[in-house]
Amino acid sequence: MTATTMAVGARSESRELYLEDVVRVSMVLTVFWGIAAFAVGLLIALQLAFPVLNFDLEWTTFGRLRPLHTSAAIFAFGGTALIGSSFHVVQRTCRAQLFGGEPVAWFILMGYQLFIVVAATGYLLGITQSREYAEPEWYADLWLTLVWVVYLVAFVGTLVKREEPHIYVANWFFLAFILTVALLHVVNNLAMPVSVFGTKSYSAFAGVQDALTQWWYAHNAVGFFLTAGFLGMMYYFIPKAAGRPVYSYRLSIVHFWSLIFLYIWAGPHHLHYTALPEWAQMLGMAFSIMLWMPSWGGMINGLMTLSGAWDKLRTDASLRFSVTAVAFYGMSTFEGPVMSIRPVNALSHYTDWTIGHVHSGALGWVAFIVFGMLYHIVPVLWGRKDLYSRRLAEVHFWISTIGIVLYITAMWVSGIMQGLMWRAYDELGFLQYSFVETVQAMHPFYVIRAMGGALFLIGALVMAYNLWRTARGDAAPARV
Amino acid sequence: MFSHAKIETNTALLLVLALLTVAIGGIVEIIPLYTIETTIERVQGVRPYSPLELVGRNIYIREGCYLCHSQQIHPFRDEVERYGHYSLAAESMYDHPFQWGSKRTGPDLARVGGKYSNEWHVAHMVQPRSVVPESIMPGYPFLLDRTVNASDIAQHLRAVRKVGVPYTDEMIENARADIDVQQNPDADTTDFAKRYPKAVVGAFDGNPARLTEMDALVAYLQVLGTMVDFSAVTPQQLKQ
Ligand code: HEC
Ligand code: HEM
Ligand code: HEM
Repeated sequence: MTATTMAVGARSESRELYLEDVVRVSMVLTVFWGIAAFAVGLLIALQLAFPVLNFDLEWTTFGRLRPLHTSAAIFAFGGTALIGSSFHVVQRTCRAQLFGGEPVAWFILMGYQLFIVVAATGYLLGITQSREYAEPEWYADLWLTLVWVVYLVAFVGTLVKREEPHIYVANWFFLAFILTVALLHVVNNLAMPVSVFGTKSYSAFAGVQDALTQWWYAHNAVGFFLTAGFLGMMYYFIPKAAGRPVYSYRLSIVHFWSLIFLYIWAGPHHLHYTALPEWAQMLGMAFSIMLWMPSWGGMINGLMTLSGAWDKLRTDASLRFSVTAVAFYGMSTFEGPVMSIRPVNALSHYTDWTIGHVHSGALGWVAFIVFGMLYHIVPVLWGRKDLYSRRLAEVHFWISTIGIVLYITAMWVSGIMQGLMWRAYDELGFLQYSFVETVQAMHPFYVIRAMGGALFLIGALVMAYNLWRTARGDAAPARV
Repeated sequence: MFSHAKIETNTALLLVLALLTVAIGGIVEIIPLYTIETTIERVQGVRPYSPLELVGRNIYIREGCYLCHSQQIHPFRDEVERYGHYSLAAESMYDHPFQWGSKRTGPDLARVGGKYSNEWHVAHMVQPRSVVPESIMPGYPFLLDRTVNASDIAQHLRAVRKVGVPYTDEMIENARADIDVQQNPDADTTDFAKRYPKAVVGAFDGNPARLTEMDALVAYLQVLGTMVDFSAVTPQQLKQ
């Protein structure tokens, strides 16, 4: 690849060519879904600390709200951000309008929103397949399949009609994300509906095969939705904000291909010591450990892009979030391989340690890379020179960083404590703790976690205000 | 020498290579689970769920119980002492979908069948803190108020049969009647017990006159982990 295509920051762009309305709307929706997801997250965190908050009503129990939280966070907040930013990035790095134009772009964005609303209202009513991160029932799945295929066609179509000789690296990642999610979604959701007029279906797979299919899916929802897609975001917005080309072209190639090859194998690390045959567990563990290297390849490529521009971290809110996100990405992709080692997993599995790992990835990496993207893209899309207030962006950064630290340290402590208490024996050789004693011991940590979540939510509200004022074109009063 | 420029200037090539790259791992791991016969242990006793148990299982799924409870006991000393024999693949071979779970906010339920009385379960489900004061489990009092109609239960059994569970025609024909039999302590259970050996019969929620969601859920909880008789299992049968 030539230096010109890597230096996405260098070229002047003719904006009339690009579809921007749909990107603007997707950014507004991203902020909305983010706040909704964090608020529901806070509520379920409080339910675990104070069970009266389940209210004894069928629509508000933890079991129904938790999928609402995970779907709102991953698919509504993360997915809408990915769709919007991939439209933005693919158009600009191909110097071409999105394939299919306005109608296709709006169909994808709004069709996806419809999927989210149908799925989310279904959860409250108890309609679920009980497959983690694939809870929506068959009719919603069919609709999403249609929307997703159109998304793939629009994305590939844009690549085909590009004016640039090379396909920019961010687009490799977006393409792998769209393609693989299509594959995962279709296979994992194969099911037999009871009737075409009813919501209920039964999975095509059973027991151990079903478990591996589901975790093949879910682990790669992490690998391709929460990782590859957001790496695509990283590869455009960090170079752009830093005004420098990607650190290493060679590293991009090596880590792209090894990442997408290795990820697919790692699913069985969710099934250690279960009835899944041991050979499969071993494969999952081995590939998870290998996954550490391409993951850090991406981290190094992201961080080192800043070399020579580190001073911008002090002034550029977008970069500060993006770079911190990449650091958290490095942390959770180190922790993940450690947790996939069988004896470690024997302790961590089933405990809050997993929840801590999830949220260091989800809050630190996914949410922060989106915040970084938003602080960059909103002034660009609305034609403003700068944010309404850099001070408020700084406030957001610190509040939410403290929130994350509270969240994940609380979960590390409670997770390890829980794991140790479950296996503790007294001098007489009896199990030392009853289960409910371990439940009780978690209480203070659940309260701390909820406090961390509250800070994270407040930070997001500050961001929403700042972005809204930025879009309106307001100038900040001098001291804000 | 190979140059990556060939791939990154050709959309179709990039697309095809990426697809191949991501397809391999899944194929190599999942397909053998169907072809290697010993994946499922050869133990006796695992049978399809009775219609009432199936209704209960669907309520378990609907309420998201699996988000706090696992149904998969690991082969560790502490887990076996706390919950019972480690879980076998055979025990969930009719589970569409599986309910192994990934989080133990509450205890494992793989072998909760027979551990408590029906009355305990009902009191616990209505208000967990009435029996376990420190519990953080939600209460489900509405299960007692919601009646089960289940007029389409035969259709459910047929759907499950299509994905591989060996329900017989006789089971499907009697599906609706079997529900009433299982929750009525005075019913004639001879045929029912032949179809569903070891199924627990009783007025689960205390009232045989009304078929509630509580009946179904408790019937499901009471069968969990009870199908295989481990005193009769040989080590040879457990080999995977
Ligand atoms: C917020 C998490 C949570 C949810 C959701 C939840 N439980 Fe629980 N459950 C617990 C906790 C914690 C305990 C341990 C304390 C107790 O016995 O109440 C428990 C205990 C139990 C027990 C007693 C197990 C034993 O061996 O002592 C049963 C049975 C049970 N739950 C069934 C269910 C069912 C059925 C559902 C769904 C309708 C459900 N639970 C939903 C957290 C939860
Ligand atoms: C204010 C911020 C947030 C709070 C307070 C919060 C809280 C929670 C809580 C309490 C749970 C349930 C844990 C349990 O069952 O023990 C949970 C699960 C989860 N959350 Fe969040 N969350 C937040 C943000 C996010 C975000 C931004 C994402 C994703 C991008 C996310 C993804 C998840 C996932 C994937 C799970 C399921 C984890 C598992 O099954 O192991 N969360 N969250
Ligand atoms: C090299 C990369 C990674 C590896 C090897 C890895 C490994 C693991 C392991 C071993 C578990 C625990 C499984 C269990 O005991 O049940 C886990 C859970 C999880 N990880 Fe990672 N992880 C990685 C990166 C990430 C990243 C970047 C995220 C982004 C958010 C993430 C999200 C999750 C989620 C959501 C779960 C919980 C799944 C569930 O139980 O519901 N992981 N991961």
